[in-house]
Amino acid sequence: MITLNDFYQGFRDPKTIGHLAALIREQAAQTTEQINIMEVCGGHTHTIMKYGVLQLLPDNIRFIHGPGCPVCVMPKERIDHAAVLASQDDVILVTLGDMIRVPGSMGSLAEFRSQGCDIRPIYDPLDTLNIARDNPDKTVIFFAIGFETSTPMTAALIAQAEAQNIPNLLFHINHVLVPPAIDAVMADSRAQVNAFIGPAHVSVISGAKIYQPAVDNYNTPVVVSGFEPVDLMESILRIVKQKVAGEAVLDNQYSRSVTYEGNLAAQQLVDTYFTVRDSFRWRGLGPIARSALTLKPEYQHRDAERIYVEVLPTTEIDDHKACQCGDILRGLANPKDCKVFGRGCTPQTPLGSCMVSSEGACNAYYRYGEVQNGN
Amino acid sequence: MATKKTVQLSHGGGGKEMNQLITEMFFKAFNNPILASQEDAAKLNMCGHIAFTTDSFTVSPLFFAGGDIGKLAIAGTVNDLAMMAAQPEYLSCSFIIEEGFALDDLNTIVSSMAEELHKSGARIVCGDTKVVPKGCADGLFINTSGVGRILNPNISAKHLQTDDAIIVSRDIGRHGAAILMARDGLTLESSLCSDCDTLWPIVEQLLAANIKIHAMRDATRGGISAVLNEWAVASNVGISVDETAMPVCDEVKGLCELFGFEPYDLANEGTFLLSVPKELAHGAIEVMQRYGHCEQAAIIGHVTKKQPGKVILNTPWASSRYLDLPQGELLPRIC
Repeated sequence: MITLNDFYQGFRDPKTIGHLAALIREQAAQTTEQINIMEVCGGHTHTIMKYGVLQLLPDNIRFIHGPGCPVCVMPKERIDHAAVLASQDDVILVTLGDMIRVPGSMGSLAEFRSQGCDIRPIYDPLDTLNIARDNPDKTVIFFAIGFETSTPMTAALIAQAEAQNIPNLLFHINHVLVPPAIDAVMADSRAQVNAFIGPAHVSVISGAKIYQPAVDNYNTPVVVSGFEPVDLMESILRIVKQKVAGEAVLDNQYSRSVTYEGNLAAQQLVDTYFTVRDSFRWRGLGPIARSALTLKPEYQHRDAERIYVEVLPTTEIDDHKACQCGDILRGLANPKDCKVFGRGCTPQTPLGSCMVSSEGACNAYYRYGEVQNGN
Repeated sequence: MATKKTVQLSHGGGGKEMNQLITEMFFKAFNNPILASQEDAAKLNMCGHIAFTTDSFTVSPLFFAGGDIGKLAIAGTVNDLAMMAAQPEYLSCSFIIEEGFALDDLNTIVSSMAEELHKSGARIVCGDTKVVPKGCADGLFINTSGVGRILNPNISAKHLQTDDAIIVSRDIGRHGAAILMARDGLTLESSLCSDCDTLWPIVEQLLAANIKIHAMRDATRGGISAVLNEWAVASNVGISVDETAMPVCDEVKGLCELFGFEPYDLANEGTFLLSVPKELAHGAIEVMQRYGHCEQAAIIGHVTKKQPGKVILNTPWASSRYLDLPQGELLPRIC
């Protein structure tokens, strides 16, 4: 019988990790180039810090933590949308995990919940169907966030709401896309990234193909990687090998789950309900053209952003001046460079969202720290 | 029409119905002379140093794999006393019951409280019952307080010494995982059950064996992360623990993988940590295994002079990281 253990234990094998670390050091010694790898996805940032991966790498390999945390890139005005929606009479706001903690300009959803708003964190978006069915006299709004990974789940929820004719279920769509974020990072003349680790779960849906333009346009290696430490170490090795050979190609280490084309059924489901927005403002990165999704016109009757347009704030709200989330998301600063890190900004009193989300770079640094070798 | 017998507001009204509930259910289950005397307060005969503790129980769901709120309310307070090396003796018990609560369920909960009391010999000697209108409480809340005579006054979170061994009594994270599975309606088939249990019998054996315990604490909310961090700060020492030595059952590991949690952060209700001089560690484990059914008791780390106030987790591949206090609500990751 296959158990859950079988899916990850081999990918945390100390011997394999030690062997890969030795190979990486051996290969990295053959180049004088400083290798600056951006792991786009917050899941990888988490792996790097949680498993102490940095301590296993030679000095000429550095990680620049990318913008791939869906909570971290949500600007305050969008969080405020959630708070305003939750404050409406007879509304139940449903959202995923970490969103509850993120501070908007008026407070976090957890604070609004404590003041009596009906806000429910869920694990499976399809649970929203039951909430809507059980509360026919309420308007249930699914505050949808996430990259390509979670968009199909929202699409499946819309499909079910339509098929089962559930009228009281609306959507506030904040789904964002990885490739435009990579372009935004690279468009900055100060960008130092010269290799990418491609996201794991995003790529399961979208396929490795979405990173080909990054390889071609910026002449950087892109290796799609799984989230386990062995995955990450193998992906780093593959990047270093490309660097030593002077290559820049698209490679897929996470081949047990990711194909070049991705999950076509999921992509089709997303295409059925969503279209690309002209522009979307990202926290830290500013407005990025064609970087997020919205509902297609034929599903406007479920679009909370349109239905509640009169009450939703439109003013753009920037982060606290001292907060360097923007530079961190662009890869120009490390969490520890920020003057308020761990002082004015902690997970209990976050100034920026990189500190609040468990996938955020600041949170990972705060939580796991960088333990010095030999201590 | 209501078919089940339920608690009515009149059950908390101080009249006939309330007397009936108290005598037929509570006195019957918790029967002892001090309680039966029905004075305004219980008269206790105690001497020496006394430990005194209180805890309120609001768990949802009320019934979970491996226990219920009643078992928890007794084990929780008794364990707080046991962790101070105090023999649990007298408990108070207050019920806050929501109108409409099923009497059968209340009876089941009270019975499991009585059963749990037998494990330590503690007695409920006073109590209170309130019934609140529907919607003003989530079914049932229980508060218990307890007192006990301290048998070893030298156990404290401030007494960890460099080179002490850190011992965990069994596999970690079970209670938190069992509650999460029940609460979040994850339709997973699992035999996972809470570790909820009274720890006094094991502690009694450790005290009887004269094991010199520096610190002892049950790893309830916040899991072992919370205890280790509290100890590191209170004793101003560093604590170094090894991931490979940490007993975690497959079900808890699996749930943590699914939700993105760590077993170190999950609550336990019958698991405790010990800090003892390293030369006594194996003796302590032997006592725990032989007399306390702690088959999985293990040394998980040691106390160091380095990085005072910090807990360091060593990975199996020779890297390390901080094991910090868990923060905020435990929320599943997004992707």
